[in-house]
Amino acid sequence: MTQVISLIQAAIVFGTVILFGAVGEILAEKSGNLNLGVPGVMYLGGIAGLAAAFFYEGNTVNPIPIVSLILTLAAAFLVAMLGGLIYSFLTITLRANQNVTGLTLTVFGGGVANLFGGTLNKMAGGVGQISVAMTSGAFRTTIPALSGLGIVGQILFSYGFMAYLAVILAFLVSWVLNKTSVGLNLRAVGENPATADAAGISVTKYKYLATCIGAGISGFGGLYYTMDYIKGTWSTDGSIEKLGWLAVALVIFATWKPKRSIWGAYLFGALFWLFFYIPGLTRSSQEIFKMLPYLVTLLVLVMVALRKKREDQPPHSLGVAYFREER
Amino acid sequence: MSKKHEVASREPLIRMSKRDGIPTWKSIGVRLIGLALALIVCAVIIYSLTKLNPLKVYAAMFKGTFGTNKRVWVTIRDIVMLLCIAVGLAPAFKMRFWNIGAEGQILVGGIAAAACMIYLGKSLPSFALIVVMFFGSMVAGGIWGTIPAVFKARWNANETLFTLMMNYVAIQLTSFFVAKWENPFGSNTVGVINQMTKAGWFPPVFGQMYTLNVIIVAVLTVAMFLYLRYSKHGYEIAVVGESENTARYAAINVKTVIKRTMAVSGAICGIAGFIAVAGASHTISTSTAGGRGFTAIIVAWLAKFNTFTMIAISALIVFLEKGAIEIASQFDLNDFVSEMITGIILFFILGSEFFINYKIRFRGGKKEAGK
Repeated sequence: MTQVISLIQAAIVFGTVILFGAVGEILAEKSGNLNLGVPGVMYLGGIAGLAAAFFYEGNTVNPIPIVSLILTLAAAFLVAMLGGLIYSFLTITLRANQNVTGLTLTVFGGGVANLFGGTLNKMAGGVGQISVAMTSGAFRTTIPALSGLGIVGQILFSYGFMAYLAVILAFLVSWVLNKTSVGLNLRAVGENPATADAAGISVTKYKYLATCIGAGISGFGGLYYTMDYIKGTWSTDGSIEKLGWLAVALVIFATWKPKRSIWGAYLFGALFWLFFYIPGLTRSSQEIFKMLPYLVTLLVLVMVALRKKREDQPPHSLGVAYFREER
Repeated sequence: MSKKHEVASREPLIRMSKRDGIPTWKSIGVRLIGLALALIVCAVIIYSLTKLNPLKVYAAMFKGTFGTNKRVWVTIRDIVMLLCIAVGLAPAFKMRFWNIGAEGQILVGGIAAAACMIYLGKSLPSFALIVVMFFGSMVAGGIWGTIPAVFKARWNANETLFTLMMNYVAIQLTSFFVAKWENPFGSNTVGVINQMTKAGWFPPVFGQMYTLNVIIVAVLTVAMFLYLRYSKHGYEIAVVGESENTARYAAINVKTVIKRTMAVSGAICGIAGFIAVAGASHTISTSTAGGRGFTAIIVAWLAKFNTFTMIAISALIVFLEKGAIEIASQFDLNDFVSEMITGIILFFILGSEFFINYKIRFRGGKKEAGK
């Protein structure tokens, strides 16, 4: 029983990282922008938040947790949005190829984050490992009354607030996409920009906003990873990049539906950690188990293509730049 | 009525239109301006990080890349590696098939090569072993590349996402074999394979370690250029890339072309894995591909599928990486500065493509005759 609980907990914590990434990416992809820069954007969000916390804790005599919390969240969102802005400018205004631009953004984001992460580690001195214990503690605070509620408390209420924020954001994005006129317009832009343009929708504006806000949300994934998952430290082992690609996989798995990405994220988390709970695995067969999330995604990709259900298909203009005079 | 007229006559500040064509000198000029701007931006960043004269830093980069004979050869080795992958991607991209899966195709090629070295190293003479490794890697990469193509051709599954996922399956597969073959036990690396016998290693040619790497990739580069430009297959690839409907109308079997082209593309990426294992590291790990499968996508795209242009772009990127690593070690930064600089420069080159494909006019500028 304790094993099951600990698997669920591991799955939810892991899932939260990629849930942020996927929800942001769904928003961007719904506007027709296939942003393969998600890992880069998550990197940017993670390092910006960490740097903000580091300088706030270091330069203030009596740092207040809640202020630090707001500062880190704002920094992560803004810097990740800047990454999205570079991508948007190149692909929307300058019509650069989306795949290539996205991959470049991943290279760039990883480079910037690890460069400054390494520098921060050095600036922190001593053991050579930055640690923002106070801010990280604030991120990891659980709801005191609820987390003590036995099994239910352990499964549902033993996480920092960002785990819940991810779920709320997923519902919010789902609501905006499906129930508001803004969402309708956005989906029109992603499906057929020429028609949306003819209907008087500003294609450029929608694409820019969706991609930049989406990048900001994805950036929270990196922030949650640095602040909660690895407890306010930085390591240059490239793990955010792997998680970023899993977030891209999750978008496909969820067939571009934010709500479906919630349980998808936890399923990915469970699949990823499953090897840890299966007795008698050798180290090499563990690696085969870690393939599971990707294999499941491939399966979904094939199923979606096979069934040809209209509402499960990727946005029709995904990956294609829009130029009004070219039909 | 009058209001409507006013709206129609107001011209936007900037107007753009697609160019029909651009003289070569102009397109090269635009790219050079982009590159120059990128170097200026990087210089500003380098200055703010290190407070050093950026020109001196660029000089240090040059020295780091070409400083000694050995460095020149390591640089060349890395250039041909990147070039090989980009050459492999060229036919797929020309067909407008987004093969993001080079990373995985390199790895399975590398696994095949390493497996041959480990299991056949004692029983085959070195020359025969290298030939077996070559074909083993080629087939492994080819199969890995054909899988997404089959799903694309048969059920129209999105190839960008499919090949992307295949990378991670390949990475886990590599981890599996690394754990299986690990040597010494507990190190979690395979170590240098056949260190004593050097079975399966590229022999030095003309006294240089990496001559064979260069020869193989040079042959592939020329062959791919000819294949794409002068063969029937190359023509079919071009037609499918431009319009699948046209291809169908011209009685080209689109499905066959897709599968065949991806088999070729994957096979060459597999050969790149073979070169990485047999001709460079003599081991296999998840970093055998090391992100070069992704970098090569950018190379292939920027070169517009011309394999000779790819040489120049690969050289530029490797120069930047080597140079940045050199500054990083000289000025106490970490290696990741190279990724940042590469990213910035690629952003600018990508941006400059716009000015090659589109023309912009400002309001109140000269009116073109006849328009």
